[in-house]
This record gives sequence, C-alpha cells and structure tokens, in this order.
Amino acid sequence: MHALLDPRQHPRGAWLGIALIAAALVVLPFALTSMAGTNWVRITNLAVLFVLLALGLNIVVGFAGLLDLGYIAFYAVGAYVYALLASPHFNLHLPFWFVLPLGAAVACFFGVLLGAPTLKLRGDYLAIVTLGFGEIVRIFLNNLSQPVNITNGPQGITLIDPFRIGGFVFDRNETIAGLHFTGPIKYYYLLIVVLLVIIGINLRLQDSRIGRAWEAIREDEIAARAMGINTRNLKLLAFAMGASFGGVSGGIFAAMQGFISPESFVLVESVMVLSMVVLGGMGNIWGVILGAVLLSFVPEVLRYTVQPVQEKLFGRMLIEPEVIRMLLFGLALVLMMLFRPAGILPSALRKRELETQKGSA
Amino acid sequence: MDIFLQQLVNGLTLGCVYAVVALGYTMVYGIIQLINFAHGEVVMIGAMTSLSVIIALTGAHTSLPPLAILAAGIVVAVPVCMAVGYTLERVAYRPLRNAPRLAPLITAIGLSIILQHLAMIIWSRNPLPFPQIVAVRPYHFTGNPDGATITNVQIVIIVTSMLMMAGLLALVYRTKLGIAMRATSQNQAVAGLMGININTVISLTFVIGAALGAVAGVMVGTYYGIAQYQMGFILGLKAFSAAVLGGIGNLAGAMLGGILLGVIEALGAGYVGDLTNLCQLSAWSTAIAERCVDDPNLTLFGSNYQDVFAFLVLITVLVFRPSGLLGERVSDRA
Repeated sequence: MHALLDPRQHPRGAWLGIALIAAALVVLPFALTSMAGTNWVRITNLAVLFVLLALGLNIVVGFAGLLDLGYIAFYAVGAYVYALLASPHFNLHLPFWFVLPLGAAVACFFGVLLGAPTLKLRGDYLAIVTLGFGEIVRIFLNNLSQPVNITNGPQGITLIDPFRIGGFVFDRNETIAGLHFTGPIKYYYLLIVVLLVIIGINLRLQDSRIGRAWEAIREDEIAARAMGINTRNLKLLAFAMGASFGGVSGGIFAAMQGFISPESFVLVESVMVLSMVVLGGMGNIWGVILGAVLLSFVPEVLRYTVQPVQEKLFGRMLIEPEVIRMLLFGLALVLMMLFRPAGILPSALRKRELETQKGSA
Repeated sequence: MDIFLQQLVNGLTLGCVYAVVALGYTMVYGIIQLINFAHGEVVMIGAMTSLSVIIALTGAHTSLPPLAILAAGIVVAVPVCMAVGYTLERVAYRPLRNAPRLAPLITAIGLSIILQHLAMIIWSRNPLPFPQIVAVRPYHFTGNPDGATITNVQIVIIVTSMLMMAGLLALVYRTKLGIAMRATSQNQAVAGLMGININTVISLTFVIGAALGAVAGVMVGTYYGIAQYQMGFILGLKAFSAAVLGGIGNLAGAMLGGILLGVIEALGAGYVGDLTNLCQLSAWSTAIAERCVDDPNLTLFGSNYQDVFAFLVLITVLVFRPSGLLGERVSDRA
C-alpha cells in the first residue's frame, strides 16, 4: 500500500488514487448522514480519534519498540486538561487553541515522567510498569475529588465547551453554501485535518534520522548505542511524542463528547489501542490506520447484527455485543501473534526479519 | 499500637496470598524468562469455580461440615486451574518460545481478555458474594478485649500458605522433578541433552503454578467474601509486583516480596489517612482550620489509594534495584 501511494513509483496511478481517497473522505459524512443517520458520523469520528491514538502509540511501540500498556493515561491527561480549563467546573472557558497545545504539553511531561525512571527496563518489565502507571493515573482521577474537588471523581466533568473559532461553534447545526452541516460533520472535517497533519509528521519522522535511530534501538539497543546513538534521549523522545499525540486526541475527545469520566480511560482501552497497532502491523503507518479503522468499525457492525441474529436464533439475547467484541479482541491478539505476527500490513523491515528468522530456524 | 498490630495481621494474611500467587509468576519466569500475564486470570477462575461448587453443595442440603465443603471447592478448583494453566502454556507460550519477547506477552494479554470475558459469561458481570460457610471467629491475641484480633480464617490462610510454600521448596530442591526444573531454567539445550523432557518440565511448571493460584483464589474469595470476573487483574498485578520486589525467578524472593508487599499495603492504607490529614496544618492556615471544624478527617489521601502502593513499590524497586531484594543480577537478554 505504501508503494502504491508513492508518487515516485507510480506517478499517475498514485495521484489518481490519492484524489479518489480525498474525494471519498470529503463526501463520506454527508453520504453517511443521508444513508445511515448522524449516529454513524459520530462513530466515524470516534474511529478517526482511535486512528490518531493508534498512530501515537505506534511511535512508542512500533518505531521504538517500547511496549506501553498505559497509553490511555496520556489520552486521559489531555482530556482532563481540556475539560478542567474549558468547562463550568472551575468556571474557566479558555479558548481551544490555547488549551489543546497545553494538554499536549502536559501529556508530554507525563510521558517523560514515565519514561525517565523506566529507561533501563527491558520489554516485559516496561509493559508492567506502564500498566501500573496507567492504573495510578486512573485511581487519581477517580479520587481527586477530596479534599479539594479537582476531577469531580467518578461522576466526571460535564458541559465541556465545544471548539469555537470566533462565532463558528463546532457543535451547532448550520447551513453553509446550501449544505447542512451538523455538529459531528464539522468535527469530522477537523479530525481529518488533524489526522492528515499527524500522518504527515509520522511519515517524515519514520524516514528521518530520529526514525532510523528508533528502528536501530528497537532492533538492538546495545548495538545502537555502540553506533553513537543517544539511546536515553531518543527513548524519552519516543515517549514524549507518543504522549503528546495522545494528549491532543484526548482534548479533541473531551470537546467532542462534552463529557468525560475516569470510566473512559480504563486498561481495556489501552489494550484496544495496542490491538489496533498489533493487528494492523507494528511500525507501518498504513497498517496501523487499517487496524484502527477495522477494530473501531467491526464492533459497531456487530452491535447492529449480533442482537437481531441472537434474538432470531434463541429468542433472546444471550451474549451482549460488548462481550463478543472483547472476546474477538482477545482472539485477534492471540491469532495474529500465532499466525501473522507482523500484522495485516507488516512494515517492510519486520517482514524481512521474520523471513530470515524462518529461514535460519 | 493496636491499630499497628491489627494492620500487621491483616497485611500478613494478604501478603501470604500475594506470595502464593507470586510463586506462580516467579516459577514461570525462572524457567522460561517470560511473564505469564494471564496468571491472575487463573486465580480468578479458581475462586469462581470453588464458589460454584460451594454454592451447589450448600444448596443441596448435604450434611457435610463446612470445612469439607470448602475442601471440596478446592479439590474441584485445582484441576480446573491446572487445565487452564496447561492450555495457556500450549496456546500462548510453546509456539512462541523462540519468537521476539513481545509476541508471547501480547498473546497472554489476549488470552487474559478471553478468560475474563468467558468467566463473565459463565458467572455474570456482578460481584458475587462468596458463601461464608465457615463462621468467622476473632481471637484477641494481645489480651486486651478491645485490642487487635486475628480470625480463624486468617490463621487458616497463613498456615495453608506457609505449608504450600514449604511443599514447593521441598519439590524444587528435594525431588527429581525439581532438579529437572532447575536444570531447565539454567540451560534448556543442555538440560535436553541430559535426557530431560523440556516440554514436560515447562508444562508441569505452569500446572504447579496454576494449582497454587487456584488455592490462592479460594483463599481470597473466603477472605474478602466476594468474587468477580475482574478480580484476577489487580491481584495478579500486585502479586507480580511482589515477585519483582523479591527478585523475579527466585522462590524465596517471591515469598518475602509477597509478605512485604502485603504488610506495606496494609500499613500504608491504615496510616496514609492520618499522615496526610490536613488538620495537622490548622495552626498555619485559618482556611484549613475552618474546614476542620466541620470535618476533622480532612485528608489529602485516603485509604482509597491503597492500590497505588503496590505500583509505587514496583516502580521504585525497578528503578533502584531492578533485580529485586534477593535476586541475582540478571544479564540483558532483550
């Protein structure tokens, strides 16, 4: 897919393909609204948000090879920074162009905070520590309502401000140039713009000096250090970049939903984002996007099919769609690792590694 | 002093349970250098299975004594967990033994999700009350009628755990299987050349760990009086922290780490409220003094932060002494 979209290899075909994808992305929300209702636009928005998260985690796990099981904590930090500074909770209504970067910066700080003490740890230890870190953040969010009410505890924060540029409010319905823009459609276009920026950053990062250094660290840290790579700073950078992407996504999530609570930031969400990265193909940007889109939409489709099918077969609902979704997640993780460990769209390097391993084994 | 003793007893009980679960992690790590991420789920299945057995037996109005019913619960839970442990090893670990380290960790996470949700389908998503068939009887061991107590359940948990740990040590250091296990953990290839069936030994390690986990599950269920499909996650995480604290791969370390972690957690939960009570600052701030008139328990951190302690211990140990208290320096295998 990467090769297909590379203008250097197939100039005409690539531009045609890009134009088609762009046109499809522009038309998509209106098509969804007229065919399936606004709810599906919301679902699409959440899917794009998960693509953003998966791309952020991909920097940490895919590029630098550091398994992070507490990634959702950064998403939570970004969401709470936005919610606290732009809601009636503290009666602060700061503009989003200030709060969103601030959320990214705070998440970035937390990323370094987690990264610094864990630099020396090996893969599986790191996984457990990051998992513990995610839980600590969640426990604090749940309990920081006493003695001074900061996070409002398990009730969460409501009535969070939507994005607003001058008089243009993102959650208001409007008719511009004969087209009816609902709130979710506006957010959709915003998300697509953010997504394109983040994909751009990721592509540039991957082929940069930093990206190659991460790859080297992932393959063999000691050899990388011997080649003169500053492993400490680069690992911290991976954590910081991944975390700040998570922070931005969190801020958008808070504004889009208008309500957040610690419930949205449990371990399962971290595992889900990780599944997206693993399923699509660790380290390959297009693979990660595919994985995130698949894992976001398949459960929604299940929600609309599992219930009627079960009711028809058994007369009542035996297993909730949510449970089936989780079972499928688990199964997907196991089967992927057993049969296609490099993911659906593996990165070229991983593919090469696995082939040589098979050859030598 | 009484509060201190009481928390010490509670911590010791909890610590013994952590230690037994931690042994499961440390045995597997010692032999194949992998974290069995799904071990917490094995403990949960042990608790749930015994719960079903106990409910079935008490519901059938048999005239069995309570202890026999509890024993029956354990007798059924242990083989079920052994089967789960064996399956885990076959599905998640054996095919990936030479794969990159991340691969078995991810399959284990996947299996852990599957086990949790299967348990949820079987036993419902709500916390289930664990039948209290053994009457809890507190004993005042300080002589003071209002002082610290130790209950019969706590005594049984502590004694059973100690017996199981002693049994495991005897197994590992006194039997032929133990020699095979230790040889496999040192060098699989050479152990294989010496006529040890590596696959059998690794499977048996998982199965023994799972059996210990099953008993631990029953103990946790009886102690807290509650069981839920998610209980294995946090318990597993704490037990893993305990194993790391003691030095992962080291049996004595897991026991020491478990008991230490239990005591730290109980004392932490018991004292953090008093230590961070803001009313001590009343002299410095009139605003705090005014609020303390209404609420003398104006604490910064209450006992609801209990779960944080285990993680803080884990992170601190890994930062300052990555090989744990009793562990030897492990070389990087990454």
